[in-house]
Amino acid sequence: MRAAVISFPGSNCDFDMLYALQDFGVDAEIISAKQNSLTGFDAIFLPGGFSYGDYLRTGAIARFSPIMSAVTQAANAGKLIVGVCNGFQILTEAGLLPGQLLPNATPGFICDEVALHVANGETAFSSAYDVDETILIPIAHAEGNYFADETTLNKLEKNGQIVFRYVNNPNGSAHDIAGIMNEQGNVFGMMPHPERAVDAVLGNIDGQNFFKSILSGILTKV
Amino acid sequence: MKGKKMTTVINSELSPEQVRDSKIYTQWGLTETEYNLIVAELKRLPNFTEAGIFSGMWSEHVSYKKSKPILRKFWSTNERVLQGPGEGAGILDIGDGQAVVFKAESHNHPSFVEPYEGAATGVGGILRDIFSMGAQPIAVLDSLRFGELDNTHTKHIVDGVIAGIAGYGNAIGIPTVGGEISFDDVYAGNPLVNVMAVGLIDQTAMQVGQAKGIGNSIIYVGAKTGRDGINGASFASAEFSTEQASDRSAVQVGDPFLEKLVMDATLKAVKDHSDIIVGIQDMGAAGLLSSSSEMAAKAGMGITLNLDLVPQRESHMTPYELMLSESQERMVLVVKHGEEQPIIDLFQEADLDAVIIGEVTDNGRYILEFEGNTVADVPINFLTHAPKQDLPMIVPKRLSEFSDTQYQPDMSQVKETIKALMAQSTIASKASLFKHFDAMVRADTVIKPGGDASLVRVRGTKKALAMTTDVNARYLYLNPRIGAKMAVAEAARNIVATGATPIGITDGLNFGSPDNPEVYYELDQSVAGINEMAKQLNTPIISGNVSLYNETDGQAIYPTPMIGMVGLLDDVSQATTMAFKHAGDTIYLIGETTDSFNGSEIQKLQLGQISGQLFEFNDEAELASQGLVREAIAKDLLASAHDLSEGGMIVSLLESSFAGDLSFNIATKQSDKYLFSETPSRFIVSVPQTKAADFEHMAGKQATKIGLVTSESDVVINTLTQTIVLSREEIQTVYQESISWQLKG
Repeated sequence: MRAAVISFPGSNCDFDMLYALQDFGVDAEIISAKQNSLTGFDAIFLPGGFSYGDYLRTGAIARFSPIMSAVTQAANAGKLIVGVCNGFQILTEAGLLPGQLLPNATPGFICDEVALHVANGETAFSSAYDVDETILIPIAHAEGNYFADETTLNKLEKNGQIVFRYVNNPNGSAHDIAGIMNEQGNVFGMMPHPERAVDAVLGNIDGQNFFKSILSGILTKV
Repeated sequence: MKGKKMTTVINSELSPEQVRDSKIYTQWGLTETEYNLIVAELKRLPNFTEAGIFSGMWSEHVSYKKSKPILRKFWSTNERVLQGPGEGAGILDIGDGQAVVFKAESHNHPSFVEPYEGAATGVGGILRDIFSMGAQPIAVLDSLRFGELDNTHTKHIVDGVIAGIAGYGNAIGIPTVGGEISFDDVYAGNPLVNVMAVGLIDQTAMQVGQAKGIGNSIIYVGAKTGRDGINGASFASAEFSTEQASDRSAVQVGDPFLEKLVMDATLKAVKDHSDIIVGIQDMGAAGLLSSSSEMAAKAGMGITLNLDLVPQRESHMTPYELMLSESQERMVLVVKHGEEQPIIDLFQEADLDAVIIGEVTDNGRYILEFEGNTVADVPINFLTHAPKQDLPMIVPKRLSEFSDTQYQPDMSQVKETIKALMAQSTIASKASLFKHFDAMVRADTVIKPGGDASLVRVRGTKKALAMTTDVNARYLYLNPRIGAKMAVAEAARNIVATGATPIGITDGLNFGSPDNPEVYYELDQSVAGINEMAKQLNTPIISGNVSLYNETDGQAIYPTPMIGMVGLLDDVSQATTMAFKHAGDTIYLIGETTDSFNGSEIQKLQLGQISGQLFEFNDEAELASQGLVREAIAKDLLASAHDLSEGGMIVSLLESSFAGDLSFNIATKQSDKYLFSETPSRFIVSVPQTKAADFEHMAGKQATKIGLVTSESDVVINTLTQTIVLSREEIQTVYQESISWQLKG
């Protein structure tokens, strides 16, 4: 499996994601957002950070990066696209995922480890988790309050597109949404950081099954 | 003067004669004596720009002219030191060809005037110090002091400072892993914002801030220069007065996004082009002026700059403004003549300005050209060496007036006292503030904020670096020398409690006005105390920062020398935390407990102030306690280790209990008051039953068994006189919520 980790100017979790993928034996590399091709990659990761400083709405500038047309192409071709934190915000701005991430209900940046409920354990991003499992995953964001209109939320619920939910909602997200996928099931975004929870020495390995899910999905496909 | 006309007047600037007659230089902090020295050296009147650059370079903040006679006494060499004081940051060997780089910096004055930007640019500035050495920053710690949370202005400052650190540190992607925050009325008008940064470097990549080699190019990199922070160094070298309106234009504005680009590009340049980079320096206090002149002075060279080439954000900036601006996110690189293009390309690829603005010369002059004229031409050695000042010192009057008996706490209501103590702003959990900082980005943080010291692993090795900041200024107020020793000792205890070995110190010396002989004495004695303890611990002082004039209307802060310490843990799997781990583990107290109440948290709680002679500190006892904990962790005997500090044994026991979601049942053969004693050199450790015999054998008389970790909902404390039972949940709520309640209230 070959994976690309997109580095936008201001991305700061790009290497964390790269190292996590490499820990699972994935042939991963960092690709600059200034490039415009993603040919040959099976999965594309948009990491956390503050793309272009995020002085405007989060992800609002990053979505115009040259690489984003290649990301859209890859999404349409059925490749796996994963956005974490700022990556999730960019995917919603780009229209590859529905909804929007608003400032936290209580304004301010929160860094914590929070409990997530695996709402759908049969996706390319969660299949290695047990159904209804509760996992602990780090969060670090000021704008993680997921918002969508009622119709969209109902659709997400009905289609099983909600993959992870917060057990104790830290940011005001609608329907306690922590992570969602698109209808086709190949584009996924979440605010929590599974790449920070893969190494036993840091005291939390609950993110390992996230990567194992992605890996097993790709390997069975190939 | 190379045939160029020496310009004396720029636009509406004062003429040299007007500068002399109006004495405008005194507003910039230059004294008349210093001005006369400049006239004598130049053999002419300095023009407006020249007077301005002397005021910046000779400010205390840049020149350390008042503190240098004392700072020179710092012990800063041992077998690990690769770079001591004098560069952007100090460097210590950590084996395997790697080194750790660290330094602290203060942003006290700007944080009072403009809390958000003041604190944010404090983070930005110290990170530039680290990456200008060629090192990748890996962690930031904050040592913060505020007034008590009972006034709204202090709350405004706290909110702004916390948001500023978060806004900058989180965005640039360097984790804020620790530090400490405390509150006391003496900081109400002079909050302290000290930021320590730690970086990692391969020893082959080390850079210095020197401008060597005639004809080599001076390259300006990063953000454009604007009118922010003009002469901020002079601003930081004067005390506040309530009558004088605060000077906002002296505060800089930060852009963490831009700094991330500058950081990544600089580190790439060091990695790819170390053969053509001669020197790197960040533009900090006194901006382009101090960075360029100090680089040339250190190399024994001269420098000529063409100010028309400096990237500018605003129009019609004068030479004075260009040189003294403290706009952020700017660096100076010295690059081999004729080989500049790859460096310029590399920065431009990251959408950053990179412009050749001058060259290294052999004439020892600092020459500035502007619009075809020479606007400054002064000897560089003279410019960068402010006349030293030997200031008088006297023993503060209060020290001889303190009672030599120890305060005796009121123990009529012990349960209530414990609750009140856990709610004290200095003791209560700071998690509600620290949660705003990203402590985990880079995915290397092993021990997060809230522990004794923080621990960051060195990826690709078994090693980890422990780091902490510490100082209890109340102790220094009662005895500057012993208090300073205790600060170093406590920092070391924090490091040792993780299993690491302390290896070095950076300091942030926060004091009142050095022109007050009592304050100067405090500074002198503090440095003496730091040295005494540092030598015994083999932790050289390799970098640091001085912030003087922390006083308002003549009221100085407590002497507050922040100790930033780094430790090395060879095997990260030995990392130990303060949290109790298993019910049934045995709890031991390491060290003796005596009457140590003057300057204590309980004295502050019960009297509202501190007084009396400071209790004793025993060097041998300190080293013995630390030695035992290190050895016990190395032999894998401890389940938890926690040092004792403010609030004494009861606070440490409860903190270990809360962190592990477990209770304890202990019995001490002493009376109630000793629960609150702050005798130094002590730890609380817990040991699994299977290892208790081995530990007791190792510890001998150094450790006293005091009880057990339990899974009960109550904590139980038996003293000589009574049994105290407390609901853990109830007291934990007080401990965790107190700061939020006070901030909201």
